Amino acid sequence: MRKIIEFRNVSFRYEDEQPWVLKNLSFEIYENEWIAIIGHNGSGKSTIAKLLNGLLFPQEGEILIDGKQVNQDTIWDIRKDVGMVFQNPDNQFVGTTVQDDVAFGMENRGFPREDMIKRMEETLSAVGMQDYLLTEPHRLSGGQKQRVAIASVLAISPQVLILDEATAMLDPKGRTEIMQTVTDVQSENELSLITITHDLTEVVQADRVIVMNEGEIWREALPREIFSLKDQLREIGLDVPFITVLADELNQLGVPITQEPLNHEELLEELWTLHSKT
Amino acid sequence: MDITFKNVSYIYQANSPFAHKAIDDLSFHIPSGSFVAVIGHTGSGKSTLIQHLNGLVKPTAGEVTIGDFHLTPEQKPKNMKELRSRVGVVFQYPEHQLFEETVEKDIAFGPENFGVSKSEIKHRIQQITPAVGLTEELLERSPFELSGGQMRRVAIAGVLAVRPDVLVLDEPTAGLDPRGQKEMMKMFYQLHQEQGLTTILVTHSMEDAVKYADHVIILNKGTKYMEGKPEAVFTQKKALNKVQLDVPEMVQFLNQFQTKLGKEIPFDRQSIKQVAQSIQQIIKGAESS
Repeated sequence: MRKIIEFRNVSFRYEDEQPWVLKNLSFEIYENEWIAIIGHNGSGKSTIAKLLNGLLFPQEGEILIDGKQVNQDTIWDIRKDVGMVFQNPDNQFVGTTVQDDVAFGMENRGFPREDMIKRMEETLSAVGMQDYLLTEPHRLSGGQKQRVAIASVLAISPQVLILDEATAMLDPKGRTEIMQTVTDVQSENELSLITITHDLTEVVQADRVIVMNEGEIWREALPREIFSLKDQLREIGLDVPFITVLADELNQLGVPITQEPLNHEELLEELWTLHSKT
Repeated sequence: MDITFKNVSYIYQANSPFAHKAIDDLSFHIPSGSFVAVIGHTGSGKSTLIQHLNGLVKPTAGEVTIGDFHLTPEQKPKNMKELRSRVGVVFQYPEHQLFEETVEKDIAFGPENFGVSKSEIKHRIQQITPAVGLTEELLERSPFELSGGQMRRVAIAGVLAVRPDVLVLDEPTAGLDPRGQKEMMKMFYQLHQEQGLTTILVTHSMEDAVKYADHVIILNKGTKYMEGKPEAVFTQKKALNKVQLDVPEMVQFLNQFQTKLGKEIPFDRQSIKQVAQSIQQIIKGAESS
């Protein structure tokens, strides 16, 4: 598999004399991979995102995107490859209509008109917003705005899409919408995906999870392995999902749950088997 | 303080082409000392409701009563300042409102404006600082050097330093990490109990509403859609789905459990441990039969 992102011994701090925000960080992300980065506030996870598209530069180590080192000379190229959606839906709408917003990035990069029209249709359909071409941003819900933001990024065909806490300010319905959109987009596009979150329920579908703590990688593992860490997750300020706690309580009561469940269905399946074994 | 809304409507930019009805014939009663969760999706009228509670707006129709204060279309109470000292509002992202040079000065700003004496303010700050989870050495620091969670606690301390009877919280945990969210809600609940506050929590989190509220009001399109005890409101999946809300995760699981295994475990705000015990009983029952 092709390496799309590589962090080599990266350290970063905002100013001299201040504590390091990231300490000697090394990891790799491959083509078409979905990586979830989780961690509490201040663990350094958003700094990683800002380093990835050259909003910040590390003091030590280097960052490679598709083999190119991120520095002042390469950032404009790199930003074509790395698209980012941020937390606040109101801060990233630049157009006066949905259509203008999606066109903005493509215009900046000089896409021909026919391409723009085609890409606009494709990406807005991918996020389920094709019926809102002429809608003004203030008529959209937070979840809809974030979906348009995702479409705007997809329109320029990046190799990497980063969602930095993109669901944090949304209501539960908006959250579900975004996670569904992200799953669809990931399965239908050649795209590496990085979702940054503090919500463990949003890492279930990722291929790999990186858990950040105090500026360092605390664990790098499959979602199921991460879920099984329970109390250790609580110790570093993360929350354990309902289904994990329930499986744990059942085990303690002598109801044998053999596999760490990732969702309701998995646990219900085991309970059903136990229940019908009579 | 008791809070009553009687047929309240509020129209933004009334008598103009942009007129927009944010609240529509809303009535409810909150007895003094209760912890009420107000839930509704974006645009359901939650923020407009809050603005009535300390007289930032007055109703276009109907009447709002907060203790002895009355707000009607014709009159605002003469002693508006007193109303605002009795009703403390923690708005969304309150840390954006910090402005003073030190944490201590920022907390003192509210009570100073309401004419509380210097020595009394000092005394209150000593009490409130640990109650909101801040340490005394932070008092001399600039609030802008603190972390987001700490800044929010400073802003909340500023509201509490006025010693309100009613505490209104507009999504107080938004943007905090899970540990921060839990600690913050625990803190509010403790304050609610220790100081005998009437607390109104505007939230998206069904989980928090189940855990802390003794009464729930669901808003939709500016009017009351449902009201009652959390266990009664939060089991009505169909009705909630209709207004783009959903039941808490535990209720969802119990519903799925019933579909899959044909056994009902009623929801009564039990702990996860208690749910595990009920499941154990059902499975044991199946083994022994």
